[in-house]
Amino acid sequence: MYSQNKILELRNLKKYYPVYGGVLRRVKNHVKALDGIDLDIYRGECVGVVGESGCGKTTASKAIVRLHTPTAGRILFHRNGRDDGESITDISRLKRGALKRKGIREKLQMVFQDPSTSLNPRMLVKHIITEPLREYTDLSSREMENRVVELLNMVGLSKTHLMRYPHEFSGGQRQRIAVARAIASHPEFLVLDEPTSALDVSVQAQILNLLLSLRDKFNLTYLFVTHHLLVVKYISTRIVVMYLGKIVEMSGTKDLFATPFHPYTFALLSGIPIPGSEQRMKRIVLSGDVPNPLNPPRGCRFHTRCPFAFKQCGDEEPGLEEIAPGHFSACHLKSRSRQKVRDKFGNGM
Amino acid sequence: MGNILEIKNLVVNFYTYEGVVKALNDVSFSVDHGSTFGLVGESGCGKSVTARAIMRIIQEPGRIESGQVILYPETVDGNGSVDLLKQSEAYMEDLRGNQISMIFQEPNAALNPIMSIGDQVAESFLFHQKQILCETILSELSDGQHRPSKAVLMCLKTIYGKAADDGDSFFFKLLGSVPFLRNWDRRLKSVAIRRAVSLIGKLGIPQPERIVNLYPHNLSGGMKQRIVIAIGLASNPLLLIADEATSNLDVTIQAQILELLKILKKDGISSILLITHDLGVVAETCDRVGVMYAGNICEIADVREVFEAPLHPYTRALLKSVPKINQDDRLASIPGNVPNLVNPPSGCRFHPRCMAALPICRHEAPALVNAHGRHLVACHNSSVA
Amino acid sequence: MNLSRNPRIREFKFTLSRIFSNPSAIIGSLLLLFFVTVAVLAPVIAPPKNHRNPYIIPHKGYSSVPKPPNKENIFGTTAGQYDIFYGAVWGTRTAFRIGIIVVAIAFVLGAGMGTVAGYYGGAVDETIMRVVDVFFAIPFLVLTMAIVVAFGRGLDNIIVALTLVVWRRYARVMRAGVLTVRDQEYVQAAKTIGVSDTKIMLRHILPNAVFPVMVIAFMDVGSMVITAAFLSFVGLGAARGYADWGQMVALARNYIVGPADDPLRYWYTIVFPGGCIILFVLAWNLFGDALRDAFDPKMRRR
Ligand SMILES: Nc1ncnc2c1ncn2[C@@H]1O[C@H](COP(=O)(O)OP(=O)(O)OP(=O)(O)O)[C@@H](O)[C@H]1O
Ligand SMILES: Nc1ncnc2c1ncn2[C@@H]1O[C@H](COP(=O)(O)OP(=O)(O)O)[C@@H](O)[C@H]1O
Ligand code: SF4
Ligand code: SF4
Ligand SMILES: [Mg+2]
Ligand SMILES: [Mg+2]
Repeated sequence: MYSQNKILELRNLKKYYPVYGGVLRRVKNHVKALDGIDLDIYRGECVGVVGESGCGKTTASKAIVRLHTPTAGRILFHRNGRDDGESITDISRLKRGALKRKGIREKLQMVFQDPSTSLNPRMLVKHIITEPLREYTDLSSREMENRVVELLNMVGLSKTHLMRYPHEFSGGQRQRIAVARAIASHPEFLVLDEPTSALDVSVQAQILNLLLSLRDKFNLTYLFVTHHLLVVKYISTRIVVMYLGKIVEMSGTKDLFATPFHPYTFALLSGIPIPGSEQRMKRIVLSGDVPNPLNPPRGCRFHTRCPFAFKQCGDEEPGLEEIAPGHFSACHLKSRSRQKVRDKFGNGM
Repeated sequence: MGNILEIKNLVVNFYTYEGVVKALNDVSFSVDHGSTFGLVGESGCGKSVTARAIMRIIQEPGRIESGQVILYPETVDGNGSVDLLKQSEAYMEDLRGNQISMIFQEPNAALNPIMSIGDQVAESFLFHQKQILCETILSELSDGQHRPSKAVLMCLKTIYGKAADDGDSFFFKLLGSVPFLRNWDRRLKSVAIRRAVSLIGKLGIPQPERIVNLYPHNLSGGMKQRIVIAIGLASNPLLLIADEATSNLDVTIQAQILELLKILKKDGISSILLITHDLGVVAETCDRVGVMYAGNICEIADVREVFEAPLHPYTRALLKSVPKINQDDRLASIPGNVPNLVNPPSGCRFHPRCMAALPICRHEAPALVNAHGRHLVACHNSSVA
Repeated sequence: MNLSRNPRIREFKFTLSRIFSNPSAIIGSLLLLFFVTVAVLAPVIAPPKNHRNPYIIPHKGYSSVPKPPNKENIFGTTAGQYDIFYGAVWGTRTAFRIGIIVVAIAFVLGAGMGTVAGYYGGAVDETIMRVVDVFFAIPFLVLTMAIVVAFGRGLDNIIVALTLVVWRRYARVMRAGVLTVRDQEYVQAAKTIGVSDTKIMLRHILPNAVFPVMVIAFMDVGSMVITAAFLSFVGLGAARGYADWGQMVALARNYIVGPADDPLRYWYTIVFPGGCIILFVLAWNLFGDALRDAFDPKMRRR
């Protein structure tokens, strides 16, 4: 399915946003948006990241493309086909200029959630897509235009769309333009932050299929962020479940849907509204809301909502452990969670 | 089962400077008494406009051009129907939030941040159900559980008796401004709060006695949305319209609301018009479904029929384009884009994207006809699989 | 290429049509057109007598009593026998000069500073905005008087003083606009592409944040003339006899109210220059108002 070549390693990645308060606007506290993430991403795979709003998905995406500097931790980028000491670069602290000089900037690109705000409303499509070309190639203006048309064709648009403003397009078409811009610099790694959430249902499938075919064509690696579980199931080869700035479960897509381990994942999966009369498991309704990341619960962060929480959960934070091959979960119950779910909710998973 | 609401040939246009947005083009459907009717479709297809047209709260520059919105207040015996589009504005003001309640996407916008949860729900009771509350008090007074002196009892009985008749009369306004007597409705308020507690409890929120003293910012998104639903239900409406009431919520919070909607349905608390773009939500909560596309209703059927044997090409394509839990092959996407309603395609508005289009589709709009049973479809070629 | 199909032109036409769907824009631009014509044709309308400096208003005699309109001086003469018509016509040029130079310099300075402050934030922002605060702290009149005392009386010094006063507001408004645009996703997209800060500011930030400042700038062109007139009136502005509306109002100071039996006797000394000032300000305000509506993103299409 994918090679064993890593492209990116996240090591204990943290991002704390300061919260100011008081008359002097001193730093009063920190939002722990990302609190120690470890993740290896291999070339050619599509890692899906799911979790509720505010769990740190966007923060993680933006850290990877270095839209902000993480508070702590390392982001190791592995260059293709280099076996010398230069092959691995820690990009977590590189300045924007250095990132570009080392030729890494163009390899890591991002597609944003809302195409109506990620395209400059005062630029023509042609200039939007030329922008990366101007940074990374020295084509003549004629060649540049040909390349733009080629890119537009790749994402299913045509030459007639060249001289138009973003507002003259539908949401799906705008997202295609955003994808064209992101692949213009021949990236190896694309971060997709909820690329279909702002789109219509019928158009969502178009974009998903486009992303899949581009991945095959250019051997791209994706980090696909979404809160939509069925979308992530469709597109990803591996899934990371996040809760309050931490990874709680991580495994191959099939495994995660067939045999989840973490109680939070159970709740997420059982909460999916399913079209049609397919067999579904009994819904596990969690009480309450995601706790405030300003002061996350002690111990297991999920214990305030977990239907199986016991004494140890409030005191001791569970680590991410490999419970089955390639299947990690951060819960004191480990694999016993399945039995508990079956006992309590009678779900035959 | 009779209808609670029937919409006939509704046409709504928006007169914008870009041109006339033909937002609703001959929309007809009906909601059965005590059932949940789901209206699905992609963004901009006219779901919200339909809801707003029912409530007659279409914003400028929109106009309801023609059609009927018929409410059947006395559904059981089938007589007594009102065409809401023919009523006065005063009548509609009375009806909104009373016989028809509406819940919107954003719970924060619907709640007053500086009023306690209990007061907000109680206020809705006080506003819409004063008479019933007064009668409760009167019966409690005659029960004789409380033992005020005879004279006071007499006074209270008179006052609440009067309030039950017409609680908004000038007399009560006057009373409300007299010191000492101003608090005549203390009992009323406490009954309303008691009602609020029991309603909130019924909606599946734990410890309602504690919740009523909290303020909106103390609650989670899902709880807030449930409180909004409680406020909507406090008036004991004939119809509850929920416009994308779960769309902005997280999966686990959405699950809470979906469970609640199921409870409402099971207990027959109210008829519901549920508007959403999420087919999964529809499948889980609705009895009947209307599928909309570009200002038209293309198919109406019972929920199982829609998902198992859809007749309209758009419904079929839509179902194929959402990822399933057991999706293994590629998704089938619908080519093209949702049309611009200033210049909708001629004939069947779906024809430029339709796989089953016939030559006739280009110039003749199909009518919504009964295919079989209670399965309605608007398509010239619905028999093609 | 067919011009009408060029999207830029289409967009421009659309903006124009938005502007001119507003009646105040039509009135404003007609007035402006009138003033521009007068300014351009000044040598034809009122041929200069003093060829070395046409801005010196010709005068016959030194009598301080104004003369009413007559064949020779169709608007009459003001104190010192300066010809009002000539002053009004050439004063148009002065008005444009003051308004446009002041606003143009202040706009470039203010918008530039505001953009840099808003985009970089942090220490850069603090420094620039403290400078702006300092400028805000100095009362306008004190600043002007200091400049006039230091460099002498005259229009050029007034222009300098006004510029120093005006730019600070542009800087603040611009910064506020930049702060909202800075966090837009298209700016972040440009950063992920690796576009440099300068290019981001020029390509993405400025075009999307500049319109509120532009609207204020348009309106300010008019108000600059009022302020300059005020300075002339208190004696800090143009020299006596210079074709400047404010200076002409200043000359008429003693004749605003005539003798007790005929208080309106010298109306022409004040009505013509004063009317010019008012119409000029009105023209720019009406036009700026229409621009505000046309640029309002909420009123534009989706
Ligand atoms: N610039 C910022 N300053 C302060 N706090 C922030 C900032 N950006 C994000 N946060 C906080 O960090 C946490 C994680 O945010 P993030 O945007 O990563 O969430 P997310 O998982 O992408 O959620 P969503 O599904 O809503 O997009 C949230 O609590 C958020 O409020
Ligand atoms: N206030 C308005 N002004 C102009 N057009 C409107 C307005 N409200 C809705 N519309 C148009 O009416 C159509 C249906 O909108 P709506 O009912 O809100 O869609 P949805 O199905 O997503 O709820 C859309 O084309 C929309 O652009
Ligand atoms: S560690 Fe405890 S609280 Fe956390 S998920 Fe597991 S059982 Fe629940
Ligand atoms: S009427 Fe024609 S175009 Fe419309 S859905 Fe049916 S077959 Fe397709
Ligand atoms: Mg996000
Ligand atoms: Mg809507």
